[in-house]
Amino acid sequence: MSGWMQHLIVAPILLPLAVSGLLLAFDERRRTLKRLVSLATVAALVGIAVMLLWLVTDGFGLDAASAPRAYLLGNWPAPFGIVLVADRLSVLMLLLTSVLGFTALFYAIARWDRSGPRFHVLFLLLLAGINGAFLTGDIFNLFVFFEVLLAASYGLVLHGSGIERTSASLHYIAINIATSLLFLIGVAMIYAATGTLNMADLAERIPEVPSEDLAILQGGAAILGTAFLVKSGIWPLSFWLSRTYAAAAPPVAALFAIMTKVGIYVILRLTSLLFGNASGGVAGFADSWLIWAGLATMVYGTIGILSARTLSRIAGHYILVSSGTLLAAIGIGGHAVTAALLFYLVSSTLAVGALYLIIEPVGRNVEEEDKTPRILEPVFDDEYTGALEEDEDETGIVIPGTIAILGGGFIFCTLLLSGLPPLSGFIAKFAIIDALFGPAVITPTSWLLIAIIICSGLATLIGLTRAGIDLLWTPAEDSPPRLSVIEVAPIGLLLAACLALMVCAGPIFLYMETTAVALGDRSAYIEAVRHAPRAGEAGP
Amino acid sequence: MEIVLALAIGILTASGLWLLFRPRTFQVILGLSLLSYAVNLFILAAGRLRTDAPPIVGKGAADPALYADPVPQALVLTAIVISFATTALLLVVLLASRGLTGTDHVDGEESDP
Repeated sequence: MSGWMQHLIVAPILLPLAVSGLLLAFDERRRTLKRLVSLATVAALVGIAVMLLWLVTDGFGLDAASAPRAYLLGNWPAPFGIVLVADRLSVLMLLLTSVLGFTALFYAIARWDRSGPRFHVLFLLLLAGINGAFLTGDIFNLFVFFEVLLAASYGLVLHGSGIERTSASLHYIAINIATSLLFLIGVAMIYAATGTLNMADLAERIPEVPSEDLAILQGGAAILGTAFLVKSGIWPLSFWLSRTYAAAAPPVAALFAIMTKVGIYVILRLTSLLFGNASGGVAGFADSWLIWAGLATMVYGTIGILSARTLSRIAGHYILVSSGTLLAAIGIGGHAVTAALLFYLVSSTLAVGALYLIIEPVGRNVEEEDKTPRILEPVFDDEYTGALEEDEDETGIVIPGTIAILGGGFIFCTLLLSGLPPLSGFIAKFAIIDALFGPAVITPTSWLLIAIIICSGLATLIGLTRAGIDLLWTPAEDSPPRLSVIEVAPIGLLLAACLALMVCAGPIFLYMETTAVALGDRSAYIEAVRHAPRAGEAGP
Repeated sequence: MEIVLALAIGILTASGLWLLFRPRTFQVILGLSLLSYAVNLFILAAGRLRTDAPPIVGKGAADPALYADPVPQALVLTAIVISFATTALLLVVLLASRGLTGTDHVDGEESDP
């Protein structure tokens, strides 16, 4: 790692941040320019993520153990300065984010970016915040990136305006500000107990915390964890999620599918790094909480799927089910389960993103009268609305058999989400269940988790089939929905990514297993941060 | 000093929480502001309370015991800026919601007419 490659780690944050600032300088009417620039940026992010993958795996060596790469911001040595750390897990999440972001942005270009001002700016800002949260190696910096991504998400939830969005986002913002305060309290308590906020330094110091300070440390970690659990939608802190996601514009909701995973990622990272087996008095102190809360979330999400009457509510509750599955699996722990849950994370995020994109075209002819109020009068005087008054004719050519395409995509999504063979959803669930059967003695909680995983798959199948019959089989009097290639292509891209997951499941699983082993071994992470090369010095 | 600070944090948190659960949007905003003041004081307290101790170390080797911990102060500064910005944003959404729904209830409609 030398020369410019060394600075590649900071690029997934800097690039979207700089471009979104730049786009602010251009008038909203230069739409083509904005679209091209932001699409090129997100495409570059995919490229950067692939290059980082090459970097942390020593040239795509899927099973070779390779060290994480640390990057010192401002060239201050860790733990005094802020570090960014790219390891297998964070690069995997970066790649997932950029692929999902690219498809969502592509889809938005069909018409959604016109329904309000500064869509591209907020979109890129959100990507910068998410990437930062995945890369940072410092808890307080994590807070800053969380605020960046939340601030952008507030703007994106409001995108398109309207009563439903405004009142949903009022709740969303209030809950997230309160959660951020919890985050700060947790950070302050951890700092009070250990005197550091650098994750690698924390991992070293936590085993040495005197027993009288353990209560402060555990309390702080629990409050901090609660903040992430709210973000990942754990029951009973998840009632905001399905309503907010249903109110958001489809491409925004598709990108939000990764936001719950940010909370999951942080919990996975912190439990493995700070509260792993070598952490002395606090080792695994939250595991049973995670398992039971995860199981409760799955049950709640399953009931929600069965009772939901609209597709977007089903998708929202499916996100809860997948969050619950991941959290319970994190609580159970172990290399095999971690590898399987990572595969499940990637597969379910891509699939639910595709579902959010497909919901709107499928429902377009059904609720035609409900769709019109989306485009409302501006709330503020400076909002640019000229584009909204343009005719809808440029939405695209009418493809014959749009229903066939939508129906095919919908069935594909249903199979993926409910975990039926042969698609990647099935492989993911099968891998989790197989890993749970791994130990010689299977605990009752593992049996319970297996049962709920299977039941939730069945509920997803029932819910989606019912909605699909309603929307696609019932003969409609009016003409089939109009569909442009720009809208079909990203859905196809996401589903193709899921297909690739299925076809290349072998090598991808190898990667996930190495990642899980690397997560269990924290010394490599600590070593990488401790001995990160400073600019102007020769690296190790 | 400890008891004064603890009381201040406690009273701010209690009033903030009470206001946060009120049905009017403006009360919610005030509650969140009070809570963020309480949290800022709490972060400061996490760095141990010192009086008359500067946070910035001068040139040369210095005895760290003479200085206050600068990290919580930097954290508080960041937290103040961020909570200020998000509160301003929430205020704008509040006004938009008031304009669209015609009520200042948090749910956008009066619960008991």
